[in-house]
Amino acid sequence: MSLTQLHAPATAVERPKFRAWPELNNPAAWLVALILVIMPLIANGFFLIEIFGTTLILGIIALSLMFLAGYGGMVSLMQLTIAGFAGYMVAVFGVSGNANISLGWPWWLATPMALVLATIFGTLGGALAVRTEGIYTIMITLAIGAAFYYFTNQNWAIFNGHTGINTVATPQFWSVDWRSDIPFYYLILGVAALCYFAVQYVSRAPFGLALRGVRDNPRRMAALGFNVNAHRVAAYAFASFIAGLGGVLQVWNYRQISPGSVGVERCIDILIIAVVGGITRPVGPFIGALIFVILRTFALDVLIKFGLDGNRFRLLIGLGFLAIVFWSSDGVIGLWERWRSRHARAPSSTAGRGHG
Amino acid sequence: MDSVAHRLSAVGAGAALELRGVTRLFGALAALTDVTMTVRPGERRAVLGSNGAGKTTLFNCITGDFLPSSGTIRFFGEDVTRFPPYERIRRGLRRTYQISALFPGLTVQDNVYLACRGVSRGRFSFLRPGANDALMHATETLVQAVHLTPVKDQRVAELAHGQQRQLEIALALAGAPRFILFDEPAAGLSPAERLELIEILTSLPAHIGYIIIEHDMDVALRVVESVTMMHNGRVFKEGLPREIESDPEVQELYLGGGHE
Repeated sequence: MSLTQLHAPATAVERPKFRAWPELNNPAAWLVALILVIMPLIANGFFLIEIFGTTLILGIIALSLMFLAGYGGMVSLMQLTIAGFAGYMVAVFGVSGNANISLGWPWWLATPMALVLATIFGTLGGALAVRTEGIYTIMITLAIGAAFYYFTNQNWAIFNGHTGINTVATPQFWSVDWRSDIPFYYLILGVAALCYFAVQYVSRAPFGLALRGVRDNPRRMAALGFNVNAHRVAAYAFASFIAGLGGVLQVWNYRQISPGSVGVERCIDILIIAVVGGITRPVGPFIGALIFVILRTFALDVLIKFGLDGNRFRLLIGLGFLAIVFWSSDGVIGLWERWRSRHARAPSSTAGRGHG
Repeated sequence: MDSVAHRLSAVGAGAALELRGVTRLFGALAALTDVTMTVRPGERRAVLGSNGAGKTTLFNCITGDFLPSSGTIRFFGEDVTRFPPYERIRRGLRRTYQISALFPGLTVQDNVYLACRGVSRGRFSFLRPGANDALMHATETLVQAVHLTPVKDQRVAELAHGQQRQLEIALALAGAPRFILFDEPAAGLSPAERLELIEILTSLPAHIGYIIIEHDMDVALRVVESVTMMHNGRVFKEGLPREIESDPEVQELYLGGGHE
């Protein structure tokens, strides 16, 4: 094609890409939002917290991985460790049943402290991890996760060894017990929505755009004037803050934290959640978390009915993970998008656009 | 950032790019040996040589993708030998790649926007640019300058080869370039596209100098005022385009005698 031919009138539809919020004109997104908001009318306490609350919390932690892996190309297995660290810090600085360890700070002081420390922790881990690429990033973040697990097991002065810290106090203000089912659900939903929109927004801001540039071609980014490693570390800092938020909600949810909450297999669960859901869009981790939580909760009964050990639910998750990796490397989101584009092809045959 | 001292030293030095004894070893192999070269501000020069002559290694040393094993590189008087690439880019150096090095998952507009953002403030900005963002305007202008406006919202992976080459050049023109390294910009272009490329190169503002690596002599010798001939990692000959073209040794080595 001659370059001069390109002066022909534009065929592509002009649209303000930078400011676009695709959700706002998507009826399905509005429907999901509506259902989530009126959920307490539909679901009882068990479903509200054990299924949807837990899904959103795991979704937030997996979202931090999605941000790093999907936009930055960095697969970090320490996101749950960062969340767990935040959880431990809430227990250590706040009020708990272990009065010899907890400092007894009020929640509004202990929580920001936990978030700041978790962000620092994750940023330092990230600063180590960005010196490596690909499988070595996975190894080094896994090593950080494993080291933290064994450290909490053996340290009694701060982390109270393998028994962990119990009866962690949860916030109560405006004469509301924020750990009672309905307020806690809305608290989780609010934080999850905030994280979701923050990731969505930042992905189209200069920082997120540059991060995707670093993912696609780090050498070229350096040749455009970007300090690639500084960008990667900043991405870890942002993701650590999100993971920290998830960790605070997690410890309020269970009211206790122990090494079992930060084990290596939990770290891998987060990876599975993100990959099954899809790491190309921020909604993916939440879908992955819903599938994971439903399987974890109900596969037990189903398996026992078939005369199998209930703990085999991981087998189902593993098989699902294999199937997803085989048939849709971009997760459930990818399946859904391909299905939709196949059905949308009939009216208009526009090529697949970038997502945002 | 640009300190006064840095500005003054740049004024005093006179050379845009000054290489002194630059050597680059890969194990026992010397890709560059004792390369010394001075390019004036605004000067346009071709670097010629057969495959393996060390041309792209030379570019990689200048941009900082590789550090030279020995020797010094000064950019507008400032010793940048040990600078990371991004520090050199922020001082006005640019380059294009022989094989397009773009961001295939991003749109044309986002590619150019990144290039504009890379050499300005706010690289870490968490705020989306507004409608009146200066860099958005710079992006629009640049996209228009390389005739890619009709495809600005398309992902780069969907572009034709010639369009990707145009985009390569656009990325190198972002901000305020003072010196550009073009690595075979005509590779894979059709004759018509080559004409367009020549037009873009010759219409660059006079203060922007460049070095161009190009195998197509019709392109290379029409857009430069001086030529450096490289062979086996060494500077073999320097001169005006017509001197190099008619030099019997050069013809023997590179043009294969039968040229024209």
